[in-house]
Amino acid sequence: MEERRINVVVNGEPRSVDVEPRILLAHFLREVLGLTGTHIGCDTTNCGVCTVLVDGLPMKSCTMFAVMADGHEVMTVEGLGLSSELHPIQEGFREEHGLQCGFCTPGMMMASKALLDENPNPTEEDIRWALAGNLCRCTGYQNIVKSVLWAAEKLRSEAAMSR
Amino acid sequence: MAQALDEIKIGGLGSSRKRVEDDRFLRGKGNYIDDFKLPGMVHMEILRSPLAHARIKSIDTSKAWQIPGVHMVLTGDMAAQHNLAWMPTLSYDTQAVLATDKVRFQGQEIACVVADDPYIAKDGCQAIVVEYEPLPPIVNPFQATAEGAPIIRDDKEGQTDNICYRWEVGDREGTERAFAQADLVSKLELHYPRSHPSPIECCGSIADYNSATTKLTVYMTTQAPHIIRAAVAIVAELPEHMIRVISPDIGGGFGNKVPVYPGYVCSILCSILLTRPVKWIEDKTGNLISTHYARDIYYKGELALRKDGRILAVRFHCDSDNGAFFSDAQPTKFKLGLIHSAFAAYNIPFGYMTAQGAYTNKAPGGVAYRCSFRVTEAMFFQERAIQAAADDLGMDQAAFRRLNLVKDHQFPFRTPYGFLLDSGQYEKCLDVALNAIGYDDFLREKEEARAQGRRLGIGISTMTEPLGAGNSREYDILGIKMFDAAELRVHPSGKAILKIGSKTQGQGHETTFAQIVTHELGIPAADILVQHGDTDNTPFGMGTYASRSTPVAGAATAMVARKVRAKARKLAAHLLEVSEEDVEWELGRFYVRGAPNNGVSIQECAMAAYGNMPDGMEPGLENNAYYDPPNMTWPFAAYIVTVEVDPETGVWDVLRMVAVDDCGVRINPMIVEGQIMGGMTEAYAMANMQFITYDAEGNCVGSNYMDYLLPTAWETPGFELHEVVTPSPHHPIGAKGIGECAAVGGPAAFVNAVMNAIDDTGVRNIDMPLLPDRVWEALKYRHDISGAPPVKTDA
Repeated sequence: MEERRINVVVNGEPRSVDVEPRILLAHFLREVLGLTGTHIGCDTTNCGVCTVLVDGLPMKSCTMFAVMADGHEVMTVEGLGLSSELHPIQEGFREEHGLQCGFCTPGMMMASKALLDENPNPTEEDIRWALAGNLCRCTGYQNIVKSVLWAAEKLRSEAAMSR
Repeated sequence: MAQALDEIKIGGLGSSRKRVEDDRFLRGKGNYIDDFKLPGMVHMEILRSPLAHARIKSIDTSKAWQIPGVHMVLTGDMAAQHNLAWMPTLSYDTQAVLATDKVRFQGQEIACVVADDPYIAKDGCQAIVVEYEPLPPIVNPFQATAEGAPIIRDDKEGQTDNICYRWEVGDREGTERAFAQADLVSKLELHYPRSHPSPIECCGSIADYNSATTKLTVYMTTQAPHIIRAAVAIVAELPEHMIRVISPDIGGGFGNKVPVYPGYVCSILCSILLTRPVKWIEDKTGNLISTHYARDIYYKGELALRKDGRILAVRFHCDSDNGAFFSDAQPTKFKLGLIHSAFAAYNIPFGYMTAQGAYTNKAPGGVAYRCSFRVTEAMFFQERAIQAAADDLGMDQAAFRRLNLVKDHQFPFRTPYGFLLDSGQYEKCLDVALNAIGYDDFLREKEEARAQGRRLGIGISTMTEPLGAGNSREYDILGIKMFDAAELRVHPSGKAILKIGSKTQGQGHETTFAQIVTHELGIPAADILVQHGDTDNTPFGMGTYASRSTPVAGAATAMVARKVRAKARKLAAHLLEVSEEDVEWELGRFYVRGAPNNGVSIQECAMAAYGNMPDGMEPGLENNAYYDPPNMTWPFAAYIVTVEVDPETGVWDVLRMVAVDDCGVRINPMIVEGQIMGGMTEAYAMANMQFITYDAEGNCVGSNYMDYLLPTAWETPGFELHEVVTPSPHHPIGAKGIGECAAVGGPAAFVNAVMNAIDDTGVRNIDMPLLPDRVWEALKYRHDISGAPPVKTDA
């Protein structure tokens, strides 16, 4: 199949790659760029384990073709923290036991990031609503909610310190 | 004097230490099956049957072979040339790998295509033309056993009906006598609907056959790598020492990843034929419609009751719908798993049960979905029947349970079906739960609300579960007894590696198994690496399912640590220049009796094992242990749910959910609570929305996440957790299984709560899930609601 050149910024790094038009963004990230932290769960945009941020908004990357990301910025779990230092959302999930098998976790954290970027002080209800597009079969969500609350508090105190 | 070690601080027993696994998962650096890329790897996709029951007239693969990038199109006839068109199941039946004669359920594997990438492989599948001659589909066991039903398994010699097993347990005559003396007999019929464990990650494998070394390495999503290696050796007729099964990080299992699936076998055969790595990653629909289902049991049972509330006897019959192939992953001796653990927690003198399995045109199974071999079904029927009996007697449901539960002084307690309960404080658990929910206050609140036309309800469920299969007298799979092993090596610097035959799918073995070693040796948990999931580099184990990791592999871990400690004691005596009898142990350290300041640490003993051992002692500090459990561990739980049912819509909301779990000694309380909440969510899911059903044509309803509903953060209720601790008397550290308890005992609490909210309607049962339309219909028309799949009629 004929390929098309796309220009996309992934985790801050500009990439220029030829792709088949039918390649899903999720497969592009995983197979072409080797960013396997973004997972694939359901094929029908229900489970959310493929959630990434496109221009800051949470997007299920199994529902988007890679060519649709041309000219846009994509952020995956690999861009969330540094290898030496975890992002507060990652720390929150560890502190509050917000993950078990870890398969939903990258998508769950990216959806959480989108929420906290927009609403730094969410209620439990806000969090449950914001994560309603992401399925988890292990935790029962209660600790995920706690993880996001933990992260929100840490992010707020970091913001207060830097003011 | 040397400061005693703080066990909690060094991550020992009872420490909620943060998980070791999290570091890689949080960074997106987990190694799940789909993350592996091997040199020269090609991709396999499976063509599945759209029909539930049909004869295959022809399969034309010529167009698929012509697609550029396609390397292989494998059909059943080709597999048959390698004696692999069929494979044995874990229940001594056979299952088609690729259909040759008939398709027997929708989604059955017909052919597979191997290509440069999965997209091309899917193109290849679409290019295959299959001609079918449709046959009448069978969608439930009663249709299957009705006169004139077509024989589904005409491949089996001598099979003249659709029955796959018959089984009975208990004392039939004693039970009959007890029923003759009953003041009242309480009856209940219900269907535990078909469900699917549905981990978010589907199944997958990468088979890598090396023609130069003739070694086969299979990376696969398996909860039981060692038993799979044995199965692959048998199925593929390969030498077992030349097979290495690697089970990498698994994105959830819940029982779904125990069996051997055709996809695994096809990837292995394709790799052998192509002599290059072949990767198969199942899609969600493939996972939901073809891999093993769970549940799907029809119950009919009764309790013999005395006026004063005592239960004299119980008997019940199960009709199980086993789908097209009898392929339960369960101990050989038990045809419907441990279904006869039903009513174990109650002091009932007599019990008798019968069960019959039927072949239908549905996906094969059934796996133990988050339970110990069908115990979920057992406990659900138990608690629904107990509830119905209390109502029939006009007794308070809590008082009726308290009267009949096994009492603390009765342990070890022999159940009428032959199990031996190890320990427990059942009434205490119930009382903690009743206090936590405010039972009496809620009953008053319910009455007041009813007077205003509102419907509140409270549901209780208690459960116990035989966990840790099993003792070698009774438990085997494919003739291999159900034990587990552990190997422990302490390095010269006192750091250690523990290798176990068990396999995590999210339970946190890498964290908790180190804690067991810490408890036994005083080596900080952070200094212990736990290795698992690689058959070449870990000792034999039966795998992680049926909550058997802590009871069996965990016990093996404690035992191997004790063996290592025994050798360290000899090294300590040598270093301290005293006889071994004069050496005392405290966590992490040996010292001279009567001179506590004169001691050596376990780390110093480790160094001595490599550099300063006594004359004649074999160097090194390592050992292994195989653990054959003397009995199962029996946790107990009391779950109470309160709900409000909207009479206008049938929608019900959970008001509160209280869980009191007694799983013996808790290794890592944080992880235990995580397991309970996860299990409770699956219980809520089954009661509320999650089920797989079929239409009369045998089409699977629930073949994707738009139809197969799983609860999200939005609808999942919050949980209030409490604990009671009764150590297991026979487990080395007193622990019991916990991963499945809430999924096992939880569903009945939700259903009992809804039934309690409509207890004035005369409705005896609504089959799960309690969808709003079912509840509404029951309320409106005052009749029971069956969830059995509809049968096709000629009309």
